Amino acid sequence: MRRYIRKRIIMMILLLIGMTFIVFASLYFAPGDPAEIAAGPSASEAEIAQMREYLGLNRPFFVQYGTYLWNLLHGDLGTSLITRQPILDELAVRLPNTLNLAVFSMIIACLIGIPSGIFAAIHKDTWIDNTLTTLSLGGISIPNFFLGSILIISFCVNLGWFPTGGMDQPFWTWTGLKQVFLPALSLGMQVAASFTRIGRSAMLDVLQSDYIRTARSKGLKKNKIVWVHAFRNAMIPLITQMGTSFGGLLGGAIVTEQVFAINGIGTYLINAISQRNYYAVQSTVLVIAFLFVLVNLIVDILYVVIDPRIKYE
Amino acid sequence: MKRESQFRINFRKLLQNKLATVCFFVLILELILVIFAPLFTKWDPNATDLLSRLCPGFWASGSDKFKPEHWLGTDELGRDIWARLLYGGRISLEVGFIATIIGLVFGTLFGMLAGFYKKLDNIIMRIMDVLFTFPGILLALLIVAMLGVSTLNATIAISIWAIPSFARMIRSRVLQIKQEEYITAIQSLGAKDWWIMTRHILVNAMPTIIVIATMRIANAILSIATLSYLGVGVPVPQAEWGGMIASAKTQMYQAPYLIIVPGVAIIITVICFNILGDKLRDILDPSLKD
Repeated sequence: MRRYIRKRIIMMILLLIGMTFIVFASLYFAPGDPAEIAAGPSASEAEIAQMREYLGLNRPFFVQYGTYLWNLLHGDLGTSLITRQPILDELAVRLPNTLNLAVFSMIIACLIGIPSGIFAAIHKDTWIDNTLTTLSLGGISIPNFFLGSILIISFCVNLGWFPTGGMDQPFWTWTGLKQVFLPALSLGMQVAASFTRIGRSAMLDVLQSDYIRTARSKGLKKNKIVWVHAFRNAMIPLITQMGTSFGGLLGGAIVTEQVFAINGIGTYLINAISQRNYYAVQSTVLVIAFLFVLVNLIVDILYVVIDPRIKYE
Repeated sequence: MKRESQFRINFRKLLQNKLATVCFFVLILELILVIFAPLFTKWDPNATDLLSRLCPGFWASGSDKFKPEHWLGTDELGRDIWARLLYGGRISLEVGFIATIIGLVFGTLFGMLAGFYKKLDNIIMRIMDVLFTFPGILLALLIVAMLGVSTLNATIAISIWAIPSFARMIRSRVLQIKQEEYITAIQSLGAKDWWIMTRHILVNAMPTIIVIATMRIANAILSIATLSYLGVGVPVPQAEWGGMIASAKTQMYQAPYLIIVPGVAIIITVICFNILGDKLRDILDPSLKD
């Protein structure tokens, strides 16, 4: 077990190095010039050259990349070309909002997706199953910005139940819950749909296994078989899916934050892109990808705890 | 007796499913509508008409603001929504198809090389693993941020984003096919690798490729709509479904139809591709399930 975890961590470090390389190289080989942005629109040729020197853009590729990695290791994500503030500070203010949204979306997705998947499996080939399967296909196909806009129009404007946007409280407070509910619902719907599909097929697989047949022939109640005996094993593929989906939620949060005017790192990223604030784009992308890798590491470790059959290859 | 081709057999199987048939014909209809858009509307999608701003569509035909020549209404600049829907759909579908094809070509190439040559397997798949660490739309956003905002760059971004998942699925299919005895047989007859890959492995992997491509088109259409919604996809004022929703943001309380019309168009298209992909998978390659 310890060897397995150690191996996973080494893998993660390699992935992180690869990730930084891609992010760094994409900026290095991009047609834009950060020095031009940093020097401002009215800067002369000489000032831009000076800025280039100052930012170290004249040095060879690998020297720049090395410096970049070294700075990252020291928690230095660079300085915003626009505000001249450390990017780490700018992100630290916004990250809690994004995490709040992503985590609550995951909770909603689990609460909706997993029971409906299992429910569909129990009632295989009935109208319940067909309805749930079709609904889940619909859930995958709805763009979250469209769902979000529709939710705003109906529940915030017409009914006035929720605030139309903004977020400054965590979801476990009453105000925070009201702020996060609709954004999380619109963001979590796609994930809920995928949980339904995967949960259904996982449950069907498990229900066909020998030990369930034994339980059934023992005369156990159907509910007990499903929720006590089968549920645990059906959860295994779902847990892997949760890791992958969390990444989807982080990526999707970029869009949802725009719909609900939430000041998170997604909004920061979109602003950075439109201002061509290259360093901020780089660092934000890196932070989101890092979170994703970290969550997957946790999932991989959880996996062996839940399913001891897994080989520690 | 004339032998029916495999293609026709599969096509007939697909048409036996009612839902898949409906989706198939909806998509065909949609393609006709957007390709021959000028035949179905006389309006220029970008022509503004400030005298007929925010006219409602046929659902409010009793209202005095309704103009029969704009049957789906007009937007905040008086542009005809039906025209924007058609021309916008052209862009969405175009980007969806092109991005999928580019992603498919490179994904298949990498997946096939990785599956066929053990030496290349590790390096190719590790690069794909790294690309996988950028969740969701993030990789596409990074590429657009570096290249700049344009329809072409958005297409490139979406195709690069599609490569890793194609490569991964094709690779595992190739690994299966490679185990088959006939491959060993032609190998021992001295067939060149390239010949085996194109004439035997690619042909046998085709059902898998068709299935994942169909599903990926749905994804690509969603992606271009999302990028446009975020303002980094198809540049304004060109019509695109996601962009139409974004530009309606300020008007959405008075005129929710500005959001609903393009939104429904996206959903119908994406759902049809997804259902079609689902059914094709059941027919062509049930092993791909989940």
